[in-house]
Amino acid sequence: MTNAEYSRQSFWRQYIFSVDHKVIGLQYGLTALSFLLLGFMLMVLMRWQLAFPGEVIPWLTFVVIFILLGLAIVFLAGKKRPYLALNSLIFFGIAALIWYFTTGEERLPGGIMLPEFYNQLGTMHGTIMVFLGVVPLAVGAFGNYILPLQIGAPDMAFPRMNMVSYWVYFIGGVLMIISFFLPGGAAQSGWTSYSPLADINTGQTMWLVAMLFVIISSLLGAINFIVTTVQLRVEGMTWFRLPFFVWTQLITAFLLLLAFPSLQIGAIMQLLDRVAGSSFFIPAGIIQGGKVLEYSGGGNPLLWQHLFWFLAHPEVYVLILPAIGIITEVVTNNTRKPLWGYPAMVYSLFFIGFMSFLVYAHHMFITGMGTAVTTWFQTTTLIISIPSIIFLAVIVFTLWGGSIRFTTPMLFALAWVPMFGIGGLTGLPLGLAPPDIHLHDTYYVIGHFHYIVAPGSIIAFFAGIYYWFPKICGKKLNDNLGKVHFWGTIIGMNLTFAPMLVQGMAGVSRRLYDGGLGYDHAQPVLFLNEWMTWGAWIIGIFQIFFILNIVLTLRKKSRSEENPWDATTLEWATTSPPIAHGNFITEPFVYHGPYEYNVSVNGQNVPYLPQHKKMDIED
Amino acid sequence: MEIPFTVSERPDTGLTNPKFGIWLFLASEVMLFGSLFSSYIILRTGSLDWPVQSDELNITIGAVNTAILIASSLTMVLSWTALKEKQFKRFKLFIGLTILFAVLFLVLKIWLEYIPKIHHGHILSTNTFFAMYYLMTGLHALHILGGVVVMIFFWGPGSKMWQTNPDQFVNRIEVVGLYWHFVDLVWIFLFPTLYLL
Repeated sequence: MTNAEYSRQSFWRQYIFSVDHKVIGLQYGLTALSFLLLGFMLMVLMRWQLAFPGEVIPWLTFVVIFILLGLAIVFLAGKKRPYLALNSLIFFGIAALIWYFTTGEERLPGGIMLPEFYNQLGTMHGTIMVFLGVVPLAVGAFGNYILPLQIGAPDMAFPRMNMVSYWVYFIGGVLMIISFFLPGGAAQSGWTSYSPLADINTGQTMWLVAMLFVIISSLLGAINFIVTTVQLRVEGMTWFRLPFFVWTQLITAFLLLLAFPSLQIGAIMQLLDRVAGSSFFIPAGIIQGGKVLEYSGGGNPLLWQHLFWFLAHPEVYVLILPAIGIITEVVTNNTRKPLWGYPAMVYSLFFIGFMSFLVYAHHMFITGMGTAVTTWFQTTTLIISIPSIIFLAVIVFTLWGGSIRFTTPMLFALAWVPMFGIGGLTGLPLGLAPPDIHLHDTYYVIGHFHYIVAPGSIIAFFAGIYYWFPKICGKKLNDNLGKVHFWGTIIGMNLTFAPMLVQGMAGVSRRLYDGGLGYDHAQPVLFLNEWMTWGAWIIGIFQIFFILNIVLTLRKKSRSEENPWDATTLEWATTSPPIAHGNFITEPFVYHGPYEYNVSVNGQNVPYLPQHKKMDIED
Repeated sequence: MEIPFTVSERPDTGLTNPKFGIWLFLASEVMLFGSLFSSYIILRTGSLDWPVQSDELNITIGAVNTAILIASSLTMVLSWTALKEKQFKRFKLFIGLTILFAVLFLVLKIWLEYIPKIHHGHILSTNTFFAMYYLMTGLHALHILGGVVVMIFFWGPGSKMWQTNPDQFVNRIEVVGLYWHFVDLVWIFLFPTLYLL
């Protein structure tokens, strides 16, 4: 199909049911960012309850802020950019949802939160953030948009399957939101949905159905990414000339492909327990409210935990590996040096991908698996920390002696290094069974994995958005607004997550509705609840700078250069944004590795050598 | 703009995109049924009163169905080789036979096994053995059904591609064949696990 033919396609084919990986990537990105915002709002409601238990939540303030944001976008978009103005619907939608929560007697009557609703918010926060926010952003958005460009491919290997996988994910997300409106509300058994509680709690059925959609979507996506990477590399793009981001996406796709089926089986079994009366996860004689439930029994509640964590531990690496890929791209570009240990990074990646299937039961130390099993899993868990440390070390060594450009994406990337370090190191006590018995199910666990996912993954995604925005829109985001966004986010995140570690070590349990108010041992650390709540507000307020930055940049008339960062990888070998179908005007040929910065050619220093430029590098 | 290697093989990997894609899909399916068989082992070994399976299920029907599926695997290969030898009518005959065998399998499964059992009150809530039986064979039957739908498409309207793009059509039948052999293989494991052991 030529470009002329392409632009004659109908509006629906071009923008809604598009098979172009760039449009699908943007669809994924916009949807995932909206879910991140929604998941964040659910958490802010919870945090208010934790800091001020039983007091009225300022829900009207939230509603007003979101309506104002929506109106600001409509105003800034102006009449000329109706599609940009449409994005305000996301903000109006969230405002409407918060308003809806305060109606009815079972959620937030008069702005005071009920315990059942707190459980719903907690469950949905986790589910939305992990399955509908971070993974689709990491894989669906960044992977879809950047990966084919970086390997010089005209599109993904199966463009129509790519479209289907987005829409299946979208349906899953919509079903997840709809569950708030059903009688009994949304799922309330935690994002881990442990049986037998999840077998009998209300709201779980819709969660399971929505999850089946999300699982099918990621299966289709994973196949597509692997085939694209292996089959569509352009000529000259040998394995060890792949940008490291492509490697991370490839391994991530394998994790999704091989880990998700076990949750699929688990979800089907839990669904059958709920709708067909089977007892896969229900032991005999289970009692609810003083009444013996009518189940045949004979099931095994721990089986659910095995099926769940066999997915959910590799899932953790799905959250973090693409983030490491983005950080690698940004760091090498802004230190103007080759990546210090590219082969070490690749081999570590293979090792971490393989090992991630062998560590999952460290989530289950207190289930009484027995010392032999426990010893095995704590050993593998400590072994898997080695490749993570290699990643960090390689990035630090890459910084060594470089002339660092402190651009906005680089600020995020630099902050990522210590933040991911804290996240990783706080994980070690959890990987060893004896300290884990004390720390299990406390706020320490929450603090640990939020350091991995929020200042870890999400910070990396911000770096990626600032870095690739000129590629996607042809315009550079404002540096000053970006820096304000950066400092506010990083300070807010630390204010939110560091106190969790302190509270957790004091023994405050993670699923308390009153934030520990009713417990003696929680009293000395209770004041931290307020800090964390203000931390969350700081994060939220500084995201306004990010949103405004995007809208204001899209309004700008002047375009940035084609390759504003002087980068070497193939996505900069085409126009910004790339041409609609086919990506490259002439198919590139690759002559070099991905990070040839400041190399010498014919006795002269070349500041950066794009992969598709033919020159002989001297050692 | 064309996506490369949809029909011809990439020289250095020796694969076409769809063939590689279906192998990856089957890898995922191995994990799916692997999780299912693992769950079966855990539930059965943990159970105090697991029934004698061969008393509950009809081995004869199971054995006949096994033979039917193995025969369908054979006709599937024959239909593909017929296409390779450019004998379109022979292809139609053999893929038609494959569809027939698959439908026969489903009919025996549903009419002679599921329905009588449900009449006897043996359903998912009876005990964990029956829950596992319905889950494992049901998921397998869904895979058979999916295969039937795809094969009917290639037997009927999809076969027009033979006139326009014969190479791609042969590839498609090969991919369907790979899927079909996998589904048969799953049954080869399911039959002894559920009926004999």
